[in-house]
Order: sequence, then C-alpha cells, then structure tokens
Amino acid sequence: MTSASETWVALSALQHLLFCERQAALIHVEQLWREDVRTATGRLLHERVDLPGHDARPGRRVERAVRLGCERLRLVGRADLVEYHPDATSPTGWRPYPVEVKRAKRKSLEADSVQLCAQALCLEEMHGVAVPEGALFHVAQHRRQVVMLDARLRARTEEAVARMHELLARGHVPVVARAPKCESCSLEPLCMPHVTAGQRRASDHLRRMVELVDPETVS
Amino acid sequence: MTTALNTLFITVEGTRLNKEGERVVVTVKDEKKAEVPLRHLRSVVCLTRAWMTPELLESCVEAGIHVSFFGVTGRFLARVEGLPGGNVLLRREQYRAADDGGRTLAIARAMVVGKVSNARQFVLHAKRDAAAEQVPSLEDAARRLAEHLRAVGRAEELEQVRGLEGIAARDYFEAFPGLLKGGARRFGFDGRNRRPPRDPLNALLSFGYALLAQDCAGALAGVGLDPAVGFLHEDRPGRLSLALDLMEELRAPVVDRLVFSLVNRGQLKPEDFKEEAAGAVMLRDEARKAFLVAYQAAKQVEVQHVFLGQQTSWGLVPHLQALLLARTLRGELDGYPPFAVR
Repeated sequence: MTSASETWVALSALQHLLFCERQAALIHVEQLWREDVRTATGRLLHERVDLPGHDARPGRRVERAVRLGCERLRLVGRADLVEYHPDATSPTGWRPYPVEVKRAKRKSLEADSVQLCAQALCLEEMHGVAVPEGALFHVAQHRRQVVMLDARLRARTEEAVARMHELLARGHVPVVARAPKCESCSLEPLCMPHVTAGQRRASDHLRRMVELVDPETVS
Repeated sequence: MTTALNTLFITVEGTRLNKEGERVVVTVKDEKKAEVPLRHLRSVVCLTRAWMTPELLESCVEAGIHVSFFGVTGRFLARVEGLPGGNVLLRREQYRAADDGGRTLAIARAMVVGKVSNARQFVLHAKRDAAAEQVPSLEDAARRLAEHLRAVGRAEELEQVRGLEGIAARDYFEAFPGLLKGGARRFGFDGRNRRPPRDPLNALLSFGYALLAQDCAGALAGVGLDPAVGFLHEDRPGRLSLALDLMEELRAPVVDRLVFSLVNRGQLKPEDFKEEAAGAVMLRDEARKAFLVAYQAAKQVEVQHVFLGQQTSWGLVPHLQALLLARTLRGELDGYPPFAVR
C-alpha cells in the first residue's frame, strides 16, 4: 500500500477512468501495456498538430507537449497543445487556453471535457490565472469545439481525480461486468471481463478435467 | 497484443542487428538479409553469436521486446529486459502465495492436472493413427495417466503432487517409442535424458523445451509476474521456476507434438544430428533452422481455449495462461485454470 500523499494521478488516467474504472486501474495500477502507452505518448510528442487558422490571430502563442502539474490535486501530465491568448482582463496580459486534440472518433464528451478541465486546473495553479474556457479539436471531423469550464465540470473533474487517487493508493483493480463498450476497448484481451466478472469458475474447470476422466476410456 | 507475437531468431554466426528508423535491420557479411518493424516484434532470440548495436538494444528494452541469448548447444545464456513490467503489488502477492502452503498446493496441483491431462490427451490423439501393435502400450499409458490425474486431483500435500508429477512423466515417456512411425523408428528412445541429451529425440525435446521456457518467461514478465518464483518448482538461483511451472501443461501439446510430427513425417532424420565424443547429441545447423521454422509456424495454429471459451493461437496460450495466473493471484478467480487440450 502506498501512502495517499505520495500518489500522483496522470492526466491521461482521467479519461481512462471515465471510460472504465477497470481499464484505468489495469493501465495505471497494473501498468499493463506499459510499452504501448509509452509508444503512444512518444507518437503524440512527435506528431505536430496542424490546427487550421490557429496561428492566424496576432499575438497568439502556441505551445505543444506542455508539461503540467497541480500540487493541490496531485495531478501531473502533459497537454498536447496550449494556446496563450492576449487578454487585457488577465493580470498577466494573456490567458492560457488548453486545446485537447482528439484523433479517434469521439467516445465520450464527458471524458474529453474532464481531461481538458484537468489541464485547465493545472494551468490555473501554474500561472495563477483563471482559465474559464478551452477547446476540443476533433481531427477526423476537422472541428473545434469550445468547452466552458464551469463549476459542474470542475466538480466532476475533481471527483474523478479523487477516485483515481483512491484506486492508486489501494492498488486496487475493480472487477467490472462485461459491457457493450468492452468491444471498443483495446485492453479487452488482457482484462478478460467475461472471466473475471463472469460465471466461469476455475474450480469447475479443474473438476471437469479430473473427474470426468475415466481410466477405462482409452479411445 | 495479437499482432505482436513475432520472434526474430538469429541462427547465422556473425549476424549484425542494427536499428534504422523504427526497423531492425539484419545483416550478414555486409549483406542485408531482412528488415523487421520494431512494433511487430515481441522478442529477439540469438541462437548463435550475433552483434547488436546498443541503440537497438535500448529500443528493444524500451519497447518491452525481450532479447535472449543461447549458447551454440542451445543452452540458455542470458536475457535482456528493462525494468520489470506490471505492478509491484502483484509481485508481492505472488511471493505471498509462494510462501503460503495452501495457495502453493492449489496452484501446483492445478498445473500438474493440466500437465497430466494434456499428456494423456496427446497419447490418445497419437493412438488414433498408431500402428496396431503399438495400440496396447499407448492404451496402457493413457490408463495409467488417467489414474495419476485422479490421484493428483485428490492430493493434499505438495510433495505428493510433485511425486505424482514425476511418476506420470516416467509413464508418459515410456509410451514414447510407441509414438514413432515408419522411418522414425530408427530414432529409438530409451527414456528422457538431458544434460546433455544423449539421443536425437532427447536433443529435440530439450531444444523445444528451452524455447517454450523462454516464451513462458516472456509471457509471465509481460503481465508483471516474476518468472523466477514458482509454485510447483522450488526457487533455485538462476532458474526460471514459474516459467517452468507454466510450461508443464504445454510441454506435450506444444513441443512433444511438434517433435513427433517432424520425425514421423521424415522432416528430421537421425542424420540431422551429430554425436559428440562423450555421447552428447546435438542438432546440426540445418536441422535447428528447420525446427525453429516449424516451431514458429506451430504458434500460428488455431486452438480452442476451453476455459475462456474462445479460439486463439498456440503462440498466445502462454500469454493467456500468464494472465489467468495473475488473476488467480489477485483473487479474481477461485483457482488457476490450466490450459486443457480436448
């Protein structure tokens, strides 16, 4: 068991958590498919995101693969892309604007919004500036969707962070019943939801192997 | 994980392996022999002396590709891998279970049930197209294996399980001469021997088991288990006891089946082996290559996983069993379900 004060939640874990608690725990507690996650991260860092028109406005700065952290929530990770907009109402004269780039077809708006919001919470702490808004960029549809980071979304995000802390601190992998979404989960072969949450009992399997054997049956 | 089962075997002395982009380039005497994308690789097995650039080794370790080295006689030398994968909590649970007599007994018993059951199935399958005069000895072996299987199922002591495993193995190997057909009868077989193997069939079995042990070790490490801490096999420095445990249920259906199909079909002949002065027998280079090709091909063959109720390939079975063992240790399953051949 780890002391709760030592655990840090990866920004990417929140999306996994909202998709499926077991998936999040398999990746972040069991560290299954570590290499695949890392490979994916590497690809992310090397791939330049081409956002139409994002450099068009004067004074707008774009940073990629920005390392983020939030001490208060013990949250750490990277943002694909953070824009810094000029903003006269900000004490610093500019305002961070996280943009989460979605390559795959959208699975869950809530999961994407929570991940974006978590980035915003990090940016607020790191820059000391309020971040009221961000955007999701859907590569497939070539569309940018503005997300208001309101109180409800912030509460949902903090709740997800707390739950992830709990799983990490307990080293716990919850058993989850098989669901339709399992079809789209790349961890399904390792998770084996039909085995762990299903009715398959190893003791029955063993009993069949032993007791149904008739020494006289030799054909 | 279904697409990444490939193993790159290096059999030609003096082969050079280096990295170009995201590919492994195989060069022999300045001639490019092959290019393999890194992401398609699961492991690299060097069966002879080979060069590998530090850059490639780093990429392999980073990507979780295991690199193992064997001596020219097929003896396992070393294995390179990065930080252990998976969860330290799972490994601790593995150690706790290994220190707990009750849990060790249950897992070891299940593994021996798998081993004896699959050995019996192998004998029964082989009996179907055996020569008439061989049938009685094979039937007799199947009968004895069934009795041992029942006894294992009732065993309440670990030593009893280990003892039955030994007796079952002896009875099983006694049936081997009856499995040889036609020209393969020239092989002869007088029981299992190793260290070193002293006849061609034993040389093939040892080589096959060494390969399977590496596959099992890789599968266990892949799910975050410690391949060295076993249940049926006691801990011994330098021994991958859990890999040997996991291998038990797969020896007959994977290695023995392959060995007999190669010799019975005449793909390997007694001339493919050489005997050393003191009587140790080893495969000639061409035979080793033929065996490796056949071993890799056998991994692609589809098989029914009875417990999971799904089709899979032989190559994936060690990985699935390693996962099921991890589930067992984590308490998500009520016991370890060995792989069962129908």
